[in-house]
Amino acid sequence: MIRFEHVTKTYAKADKPALSDVSIDVAKGEFVFLVGQSGSGKSTFLRLVLREEKATSGTIHVAGKDLGTLSNWKVPELRKQVGTVFQDFRLLPNKTVFENVAFALHVLGHTKKEIAREVPEIVELVGLAEKLDRRPGELSGGEQQRVAIARAYVSRPAILIADEPTGNLDPGTSIGIMKLLDRINREGTTVVMATHDSSIVDQMRKRVIELESGHVIRDQVRGVYGYTG
Amino acid sequence: MRAGFVMSEVGIGLRRNLTMTFAVVITVAISLSLLGIGLLSNSQVRTMKDYWYDKIEVSIFLCGPLSETPSCAGGPVTAEQRLEIQQDLQELPVVQTVYYESQSEAYQRFQERFKDSAIAQNVTVDQLPESFRVKLKDPTEFAVVESAFSGRPGVDVVQDQRAILEKFFSLLNVLRDGALVIGLASVLTAALLISNTLRIAAYNRRRETTVMKLVGASSFSIQLPFLLEGLFAAIVGWGISTGILSGLKYVVDERIAPLLTFTNFFTWNDVWVASAYLLLTGVVVSGFASVLTLRKYLKV
Repeated sequence: MIRFEHVTKTYAKADKPALSDVSIDVAKGEFVFLVGQSGSGKSTFLRLVLREEKATSGTIHVAGKDLGTLSNWKVPELRKQVGTVFQDFRLLPNKTVFENVAFALHVLGHTKKEIAREVPEIVELVGLAEKLDRRPGELSGGEQQRVAIARAYVSRPAILIADEPTGNLDPGTSIGIMKLLDRINREGTTVVMATHDSSIVDQMRKRVIELESGHVIRDQVRGVYGYTG
Repeated sequence: MRAGFVMSEVGIGLRRNLTMTFAVVITVAISLSLLGIGLLSNSQVRTMKDYWYDKIEVSIFLCGPLSETPSCAGGPVTAEQRLEIQQDLQELPVVQTVYYESQSEAYQRFQERFKDSAIAQNVTVDQLPESFRVKLKDPTEFAVVESAFSGRPGVDVVQDQRAILEKFFSLLNVLRDGALVIGLASVLTAALLISNTLRIAAYNRRRETTVMKLVGASSFSIQLPFLLEGLFAAIVGWGISTGILSGLKYVVDERIAPLLTFTNFFTWNDVWVASAYLLLTGVVVSGFASVLTLRKYLKV
């Protein structure tokens, strides 16, 4: 689903590469934690997957597309297949829960009828059926993140990218979010989650890829956050 | 994206930025009006040319006792010379009509024109020259007549009334060009304002555009609402400017035309033609300003 082959990314004004000779293969339906300190290259990895940046060298395949040769006008096609969730939720404050989720479908050209059917369904999945007409300001952080996940998932993307989705949430709320991501993963969506949250990584026991200074220093099936011994 | 959704986003954008929208509409209205005034002054100059060129004549003054030009060295024009000149004139293809004005007719006309002036009392019939008044099919063909008759025995002077009007028209041309330049400059200003406004609008709605990018909207569908906002402002501005030009036409017809009877004025048709050009200008300029700005600030 996501395949990096000897990918190096050096930003224009940097002297050191942000990612250096990284090879990673994430299969369809996998759940992968991406861990590492700030500046280790996690964000660069995610930006490359979304093609917000292009690799300096190496090849990247995402959802069957070679991102090195993908033309700019086809980038939207890629992003339709990759849902994204962020630490800061990125909801539209003037729109209700329904409208925020519907926004994604509107943008993708769905009809009103489809939207009226799909949005409540997905909002129910994330557990906010009672709050369809609330605005983000009236919701807790955890609830806002659920809305963001609903928005990312409503178009049923093949891949869900989550960049520190629990970074702003307390531990109890975080567990709820993780259960939701796990559920989405079990429906067949590949999930890549960058995180600092060691307790979550340790509890979930999923594949862990650790980056340090742009290198992959660990790739473990059923891993934990750090080496225990 | 569906049209209804795009329109609702456009509506939100315009309302959220109401004062800026208002500023853009007014600026577009004023600049298009100025440009329209330039276009109408062009029509006006053309109308005046048509009006006046239709009335002007070439005068061939014949030698009289007071003439001093070399071609009059043989004394006042003779009857044969006069007849020959008249026949030759009538044979010229560029000539439409020829009218002979005798000394006594010239005297009557002079008395008529200057009846309130002391000069009328001091002029006698034999002081005024007799002449042929020639109307040309095309008033610009004066040179043909002049080369045929200037310096011919019996002909004192060939005078083109157009030469007098030309000075007047070259003045009007300068005014017209000035109006067009001011119009174009203000259209440029409007374009820059549209560009800046869209930049602010893009910044204000960066949350929306980020989300649109993330869920896979194309550049075009992200830019479309902004483009339509620019276009909307341009079209409303154009509507106002057409109103202003119609108002101008009304004032000219009702207030100015009765006072200035020596010319015709631009027609309603000229107003509509100018308005069509303004619509084209408004749409093209706002479209260009929008696309250039958005390409810079709303990259996917």
